[in-house]
Amino acid sequence: MSDKPAPAAPQQSRASAKKELPEHFRGYKHVWVFVELERGEVHPVSWELLGAGRKLADQLKVDLAAVVLGAPGEATRNAVKESFVYGADLAYLVEDSILGDYRNEPFSKAVTQLVNTHKPEILLLGATTLGRDLAGSVATTLLTGLTADCTELAVDADGSLAATRPTFGGSLLCTIYTLNYRPQMATVRPRQLPTPVRDETRVGRVVEFKADLDEDKIITKLLKFIPDRESSKSNLAFADVVVAGGLGLQSAENYQLVRNLASALGAEFGGSRPLVQKGWISSDRQIGQTGKSIRPKLYIAAGISGAIQHRVGVEGADCIVAINTDKNAPIFDFAHIGIVTDAIRLLPALTEAFRKRLSPENADRLAG
Amino acid sequence: MKILVCIKQVPDSAQIRVHPVTNTIMRQGVPTIINPYDLFSLEEALRLRDKFGGEVTTLTMGPPMAAESLRKTLAIGADRAILLTDRFFAGADTLATTYALAQAIQKIQKTWGDLDLVFTGKQTIDGDTAQVGPGVAKRLNLLQLTYVSKIVEADAEKREVVIERRAEGGTQVLKTKMPCLIAMLEGTNEVRRGSISDSLRAARAEIITWSAKDAEIEDLGKCGLKGSPTIVKKVFAPPVRTDRAAFVEPGKNAGESADALIEAIFKRHPALEEDMTKLASGF
Repeated sequence: MSDKPAPAAPQQSRASAKKELPEHFRGYKHVWVFVELERGEVHPVSWELLGAGRKLADQLKVDLAAVVLGAPGEATRNAVKESFVYGADLAYLVEDSILGDYRNEPFSKAVTQLVNTHKPEILLLGATTLGRDLAGSVATTLLTGLTADCTELAVDADGSLAATRPTFGGSLLCTIYTLNYRPQMATVRPRQLPTPVRDETRVGRVVEFKADLDEDKIITKLLKFIPDRESSKSNLAFADVVVAGGLGLQSAENYQLVRNLASALGAEFGGSRPLVQKGWISSDRQIGQTGKSIRPKLYIAAGISGAIQHRVGVEGADCIVAINTDKNAPIFDFAHIGIVTDAIRLLPALTEAFRKRLSPENADRLAG
Repeated sequence: MKILVCIKQVPDSAQIRVHPVTNTIMRQGVPTIINPYDLFSLEEALRLRDKFGGEVTTLTMGPPMAAESLRKTLAIGADRAILLTDRFFAGADTLATTYALAQAIQKIQKTWGDLDLVFTGKQTIDGDTAQVGPGVAKRLNLLQLTYVSKIVEADAEKREVVIERRAEGGTQVLKTKMPCLIAMLEGTNEVRRGSISDSLRAARAEIITWSAKDAEIEDLGKCGLKGSPTIVKKVFAPPVRTDRAAFVEPGKNAGESADALIEAIFKRHPALEEDMTKLASGF
């Protein structure tokens, strides 16, 4: 993990570290994905993780298991079925009325008990408010390694999990191993990975697990759940078209140009981290490693230089268009189409030109 | 109310530069700051102290220069600051970090009495893991409240805490018991500047500095690089794609540039035009 106070040098000295897995960990096998079920709904990051987990399991020639915790009922059973559709071979099902709403105590207890009983070699969770709250507790209880916010997961020649993530505030990438402890744990942020294709014909085996839980012994109680208003939810992570701005826009007033283009396109809008720090946009509009990852068909980045922490959040886009005055800006290293010009001047013209081009009349003419 | 706030000194991320040849971080001259997320937790701790009385202690693990960040917490209003510093801690990952911090917190409780609340930041801006808070809570057997947007109630008599917590699709209102660990969400309060008398006091104050031995850490093998299950095998810059962006030549004016850019986009992704026409007209 990059929470290291020491500079790069001592870390590199461990590059030669060898895998010497202690005897008691050698029986740990199979890849697990924690399926995040909250209030009857599965967080889509769970399916994305099953997609990544499938590849790891195939390479290791082991099973992919979904871990489903929830209150007894249809939603929980449905989450199990969906896990198979998205690639799981089996599902560990912990059904208990205590697990209806997420609370750290019962969830971390149940997952820890499950791991100690069935011993997976890899355990993946979503880097959501739930997944991060849970993963840190479980890894500490198990005294194993946990790598947060991975952008790439792979299996190396000796079967170890190679987890790559941005480090040093998103200025470099690093690959982290948990060589000699099990399970190897990692979290991945939503929309970092593609959603696997559904296969409705897939079925799997259900392994029911009775966790040792007692509501009387759980101190934290949920008094209320206040759902977000529909209108306040931003659809940034799932939008087909996203327009974003960076410091190149020079002022909060100029950021309005991004919103204007987004509005003309029916797109979502966002920005790079410095814009949040300057207060030009709210944090739920931040795109990048510490904000949201996006996978749109078209991403237009205006005045964004393209630091690694931003790059890892947008590389899933089909088409990245970069507008920047600096032809050497790193964003041109990963954009598909670039134009070296001032976004402040181009954006209004682009808004106008898109309006004309995409107007229904124009579409009719094209069709006719 | 006895409250502890864990902070971290971090490089100001806006000013980190990577050496173009060696791809290593150029740390020299990069100014350090208190991890911005920690300040929201510090502010919340100070508000509770101001309301109920008691004291706020700040703690960090880091190099000797981290004392400066602790001094700032005193200037903001903390009552006592402790720096945990020792070469045994170098290279710690989050698991090893939580061990050292938890041991130091136990020593703090032995010295100044049991804590009611422990605060950490949501995450740091250099590591971004959000793992140290939950790890410290687990090691000390504290109830854990992360992504807290509001402390609704903290009753020292009844030892009850009611908070609002950001969940994925809404807000959880949770009730729990002290002692517990709270990680505040950013932007949930306005961090105070600290009074002039606090600044004067901070300038002269002693930063209590503990080595591993001073903190009575039981097992040095669980600290630092040795106690870290994770191993950083490789630090690297992301590969530059061989196919750099296809550049569109700007036109004589912004209008021409815009037309050329749109042409290039739809030439590369022909299916986009129909999709975007639908999207733009609100389908």
